[in-house]
Amino acid sequence: MIGDTLELIVVAVDDIASSLRHVRLAAADGGPLPPAAAGANIQLRLQGAARTWRNAYSLISPPGRRDAYEIIVRRVPESRGGSAFVHEVLKPGDRLVASWPSNLFAPQRTARHHLMIAGGIGITPFLSYVADFAHSGASHALHVCCRESETGTFAPWLQACGELHHYWDADGHRLDIPALLARQPAGTHLYVCGPAALNDEVIQAAANAGWPASHVHCEHFGAALSGGTPFTAFLSRSGIEVEVGESESLLEAIERVGAAAPCLCRGGACGVCVTRVLEGEPEHRDHYLGAAEREGGELIMPCVSRARSTRLVLDL
Amino acid sequence: MSLVFKPEETFRGDYSYRNSDAAILRFPFPFPEDRYMYSVNIEPHVRSGPTDAFCRPFDIDEHYIAECRDRALTLELDPGRCQVLPHMMAAQWDTLELLMENLAADYPEQFSLTKEGDVFGSRWTWINRPLGIEQHFIFGDPDTLPCEPFEYITRQAQGDFAICDQREDNLYLDAGMITSQADWSLAFNVGMNFMEWHGPVPLAHQAGVFERALKYLLMLRLGQPVRRLNWTMSINPRLDTSPESYPEWGPDRASVTVENAGGKVHLRVELQTLWRLPRSNAILFPIRCFLISIEELARVPKWGKRLYRVLSSLPPELAEYKGLTRYLPATLAWLAPLDDGAQLATGIGPDITELAPL
Repeated sequence: MIGDTLELIVVAVDDIASSLRHVRLAAADGGPLPPAAAGANIQLRLQGAARTWRNAYSLISPPGRRDAYEIIVRRVPESRGGSAFVHEVLKPGDRLVASWPSNLFAPQRTARHHLMIAGGIGITPFLSYVADFAHSGASHALHVCCRESETGTFAPWLQACGELHHYWDADGHRLDIPALLARQPAGTHLYVCGPAALNDEVIQAAANAGWPASHVHCEHFGAALSGGTPFTAFLSRSGIEVEVGESESLLEAIERVGAAAPCLCRGGACGVCVTRVLEGEPEHRDHYLGAAEREGGELIMPCVSRARSTRLVLDL
Repeated sequence: MSLVFKPEETFRGDYSYRNSDAAILRFPFPFPEDRYMYSVNIEPHVRSGPTDAFCRPFDIDEHYIAECRDRALTLELDPGRCQVLPHMMAAQWDTLELLMENLAADYPEQFSLTKEGDVFGSRWTWINRPLGIEQHFIFGDPDTLPCEPFEYITRQAQGDFAICDQREDNLYLDAGMITSQADWSLAFNVGMNFMEWHGPVPLAHQAGVFERALKYLLMLRLGQPVRRLNWTMSINPRLDTSPESYPEWGPDRASVTVENAGGKVHLRVELQTLWRLPRSNAILFPIRCFLISIEELARVPKWGKRLYRVLSSLPPELAEYKGLTRYLPATLAWLAPLDDGAQLATGIGPDITELAPL
């Protein structure tokens, strides 16, 4: 089980509500997919006519399922366009490149009780949580805030849910977050995934009620670790100028043009790829450089870090 | 690779463990340069490397059967060498799946895995020909195995295994099968976090090595395992150099002379790999131990010379921490005549394809 990208094929698309599309993806070669944990996501490379999107989606298939990955995509009018692409263009038989699953929102296995609060499409990571807890027998409850018309939308994935409540915006149906938190047993872990306003409200309510931060978890869909705004890098020793695209790392761009760049971990920890910056302002994303070195602005770890300025001149 | 096992060799008592020429040439020699110091020497665990020992996700060699038997003996004497905290059941199954799939893929003559499905509840059949095992079980149901899944599969693998649960931006040592350790105790360390269990290591904390390593490991990705080498030395080819059994092996350190050092003093190298586990999101930490006497090692001229240079320039704190102080002078005296001062190529490969006959 070693690899970083997957070739997937769209097996089915179904609209489960007016703005919600369920997509089922299998390995293009027909083989088993890597298993994934509750809370995992995959990043899909969506190849549009004019541009490419890299969007991360929670896997809603039961953890460990290897015949197919399932995602649910809400159409967001003001989105960058990836969700519109899924709703308008994607069809069965299409092939997609995806990352291996990764997980920034795994359940805490030491919890005595799992309390989940979902807002809207933020329910998706909890669909795999519920399947996991149903198998392990872990105590859990899911509180869903959504439109009244959507309370039944996710029912097919929630049949094994131990305790389930729905809330919507009408008198007598709103979630009283402080009251919910106040009645939890000791040892409870709280998870929230929803619009920023809900996330903030829940986190603040937990802090007000004295919950330790280590017991409060919020899903924050990461952008690509190494991607970002495009910029130009000039490699002064080799005299090469390279455009660093939004979906590649500086190191990948340097490698693409064939310049020698020593590296080891490719994750900003080992320090091997440290490079002198001769001009421009780095945007540091590594774990290696100390605070003084960061402020000095004379060193960069090209495997993860990028540029605040439009151009960097590197001693390479 | 054809595997000819040596089922009768021993890691205690008469210490009959020896390396064949092929085993010497594939040894993961840990020193790319003439001096050694700690670093975050982590690289992707890919299917290639400077010697054959690096080339498979989970390495099996000629010592497989004998090592599994030695592990069983240690567990019989001290069942506490395998401990798993209760919240680690998903990680146990992850480990079993990872090991069975890789062993069956890389060593089809020795192992086979047949599945009726991939998800929990599926019927699986595991065949381990070297150990004569055929096991039908239900993936996800511990009651269908003779013991819990982590113990079951790690009794059939070379090297120690730890599993770290990830929470609170830290890693917790919440499971282990530890019978071939370089003088650390699972019973003492179980449940500790990353900073706690590395507490005793000298010099590296000041360099910030552990903060960086922890941050890196917290981001370790599924499908992208990494590896590093660690090393120490042991007197006699003994796998079980644990604090619990110290009275059995500690005194051997006083038995080393210049005359017997070649056969008694062993370089002990750990090929450590780190794997993100898929269902549990825990990290599996296999510690594959390779033992070689300095006499065997010196049959690769580059390695004999380099070992002398590394040991003679080792900071005293490191020699003390690794427990070498008492027998280091005799070891250096044995190695010194091998070093002609020639410049040695950087890198850890043997740089030869055949050993000179004995």
